[in-house]
Amino acid sequence: MQQISLLLASLPDGILLGFVYGVAAMGLTLIWGVMNVINLSHGPIIALGMFGTYLIFFKLGLNPYLGLFLVAPLGLLLGILIYVVAVHRVINAPHLSSLLATFSVNMIIIGLGTAAFTTSPYNVDFNMGSVSLGSTTLLGTRLIAALAAVIATGSLYLFLYRTRPGKYIRAVANNRSAAELMGIPSSRILALSFGLGTMLAAISGALIATFFPFSILSGGGYELKSFVIGVLGGLGNPVGALIGGLTLGVLEAVIPAFMETSWVPVIEFGLFILVLLVRPNGLFGAKQ
Amino acid sequence: MKNFQKYIGIIIPLLVIAGLLLYPAITGKAAARETAFTILKAIALASSLNILLGYTGYVSFGHIVFFGFGGYVGFYLLSTQGMSLWISILAGGLSSGILAFLLGKAILRLRGAYFALATIGVNEAMRAFINNFDLFGGPTGITLNFKAYLAYGGAAKALEMSFYVVGALAVLAIILSYIIRTSKFGLGLLAIRENEDAAEVMGVFAPDAKTWAYVLSAIIPGMIGVLFFFKNGNVEPHDAFPLHASIELLVMVMLGGQGTVLGPILGAFAYQGMRGYLVTSDFFKDIQLSVSGALLLIIVLFIPAGAIGWLRQRNAILRRVLA
Amino acid sequence: MTLLLQVQGVTKRFGGLQALTQVTFDLPKGQILGLIGPNGAGKTTLFNTINGVYHPEEGRILFKGQDVTNKMPYHLAKMGMARTHQIVRPLNELTVRENVMVGACFGHENQSLGKAAKIADEVLEFVGILNRADQLAGSLNVAQKKRLEMARALASHPHLLLLDEVLAGLNPSEIDGMIQMVLNIREQGITIIMIEHLMKAVMNVSDRIFVLDYGEQIAEGSPNEIVNHPKVIEAYLGDPKLAEQLMEEE
Repeated sequence: MQQISLLLASLPDGILLGFVYGVAAMGLTLIWGVMNVINLSHGPIIALGMFGTYLIFFKLGLNPYLGLFLVAPLGLLLGILIYVVAVHRVINAPHLSSLLATFSVNMIIIGLGTAAFTTSPYNVDFNMGSVSLGSTTLLGTRLIAALAAVIATGSLYLFLYRTRPGKYIRAVANNRSAAELMGIPSSRILALSFGLGTMLAAISGALIATFFPFSILSGGGYELKSFVIGVLGGLGNPVGALIGGLTLGVLEAVIPAFMETSWVPVIEFGLFILVLLVRPNGLFGAKQ
Repeated sequence: MKNFQKYIGIIIPLLVIAGLLLYPAITGKAAARETAFTILKAIALASSLNILLGYTGYVSFGHIVFFGFGGYVGFYLLSTQGMSLWISILAGGLSSGILAFLLGKAILRLRGAYFALATIGVNEAMRAFINNFDLFGGPTGITLNFKAYLAYGGAAKALEMSFYVVGALAVLAIILSYIIRTSKFGLGLLAIRENEDAAEVMGVFAPDAKTWAYVLSAIIPGMIGVLFFFKNGNVEPHDAFPLHASIELLVMVMLGGQGTVLGPILGAFAYQGMRGYLVTSDFFKDIQLSVSGALLLIIVLFIPAGAIGWLRQRNAILRRVLA
Repeated sequence: MTLLLQVQGVTKRFGGLQALTQVTFDLPKGQILGLIGPNGAGKTTLFNTINGVYHPEEGRILFKGQDVTNKMPYHLAKMGMARTHQIVRPLNELTVRENVMVGACFGHENQSLGKAAKIADEVLEFVGILNRADQLAGSLNVAQKKRLEMARALASHPHLLLLDEVLAGLNPSEIDGMIQMVLNIREQGITIIMIEHLMKAVMNVSDRIFVLDYGEQIAEGSPNEIVNHPKVIEAYLGDPKLAEQLMEEE
């Protein structure tokens, strides 16, 4: 009985958090789906999103949610910059090259971030009240974050399916050389896709910052979670990423009711390896 | 002369090790021994990783798991079961080898980035598991009783001895790397690296060959782990499975040139040297990670074959000499 | 006459696509079998099924009297089967000699490195690129890469050699050289199946011809029988250019 009430209390929180995880993973999986690059600078970009919220809240005095409208375009531009400088030259090279290229971006961001913010934790004390549903209390910040995550997902979907650049992205993801033959400027589309991927990472970071303390190193953990989610949902499948994010959020809420919290990562990564081996296209279907 | 040319691929690496082993005695500084220890450890680890990465073409992002796991097993035997350092080191290497064998059967079926991701997962799962594993002390790890050093002539002697042992392990790693590189088994691995399907059609038993390459690349990291924790006197999950150390190893192999015997050695040397300089430099120390990152990016973008690989591509004679 | 290869009722599907349907033929030792058919007829799929890259849903394949239906490519290589690929697969970062040594080392003779190096030089001389031995394979041109494919396969001293469009992409003088090479290989007693689009070449070289269309065998016989076979003409009429070629050349 006690477990059930514990579950009821933590499950909604887990689901709300799952949406935000989903957005982070969507950024990773979008880049993989379009250009088969695992972006190892994903984590630090999430961390930059967190500091985006921090700076906007404390330095500009803006509401963090309004700040998203600043964080998102900056994330997009940063991603395009990273693509042009670090990724474009190795886009057709063996995987090791693109992995190390994005990892070097990771090192550069963390190095500069450490110089600017040190590695000590920051906190955005931002209260949006809470909503009570029977025995469970939902924090306002998490509710809004989940809502923002859903909006981000919906916008991405509309962009990919209803706009011309979005259709180009899907065409390039499907078959880059065929898309080029059709006159689609693939380099620009790849840059845009990378930008969108980092934009989603930055948005998720900005949202997480409203309810967890963070440092420049915090992105690493979310990057690993994004790997797990991406694989659960099928790498390259944005909708799968959202479902995977919810799965992870629920797992993180449910597992502690049965065993110690420290077992959560064991189960997460165990599941990750298992899915890679048994269903490398993810639990919810294949790429595209 | 002909013979000399034939063996130069192993003579140069061994001279490098000899130089490193003599370096502390020549300078007579204690800090020099620490520096040399770090470089020798990096050489042994990078040369081992090179067997899988450079020869076989499988990118392991979590290779440090063998350092941590073997190190834990050996250190447990040493500190809790009172076994000798030598047996513990062997046990550490053996257990890493067995882990690699079992893992290899499963994850070496994955190719490209999927394999790389799986190795990250394995490292993180292992770290999280050890964190919960009471026999190995859970999150607090294991600490060595100071008295254990007495068997080796006290702490100072034990530290000095560790230095020579790490040198011996580095030599072992290099000889192993050289033997594989110049063997028929190694030729099969190189064929797998270049085109696994074509290699299979030519008769290379790829699944077996890959598994053995994985095992051979895991044994020495396990042994190094035991020695390193013995020298430090304790082990914690956090120190045993640092993901960034895995990636640093990749960088070293890449820097010097993957798939060559000499490459990882030079890479380890250069990387550790550069890091040492950046960390201590007043100008760079705050952003040393950024500077390392920028250098790595330049290498990946412009000389992806690494220093030795770049030389080998340019000249047929160098190809023969720089194995 | 002993049968080297027996393909019995082999069927291969990819999802809903029927790539091979009930393919059956026997190949006696020492013969050259030409495998022809329009594009997409399943010729390369048949090669992949024979050498273990794919496993058939139905049917059996016997090599030297042994059932090899579910064997892997490396098992078949060890038993003495070698092949070339339509799209060449050089081991780019290895030297030309090392490429060929792989064939000798891991083929059915299981040579040591030293012996393999000698065989490599012999074979490279035979295919005419010995002067490139120390070059990286990636630096060869297409014709040289085709010769390298051939050399790698020959270095294993195979009993059965599968040649997948070794003439495609070569100029006329290179084609003549390659045809001569195929005939020389047969002189050494090696049994060959060759997929070829160039009708003239395949008709001149083959002892027998086997025709596939949409995964089904529509004809088998001597080159003369094949060119007059109504079904073959019909199949090739779907591909007018090839039909024309077929007529003109005879």
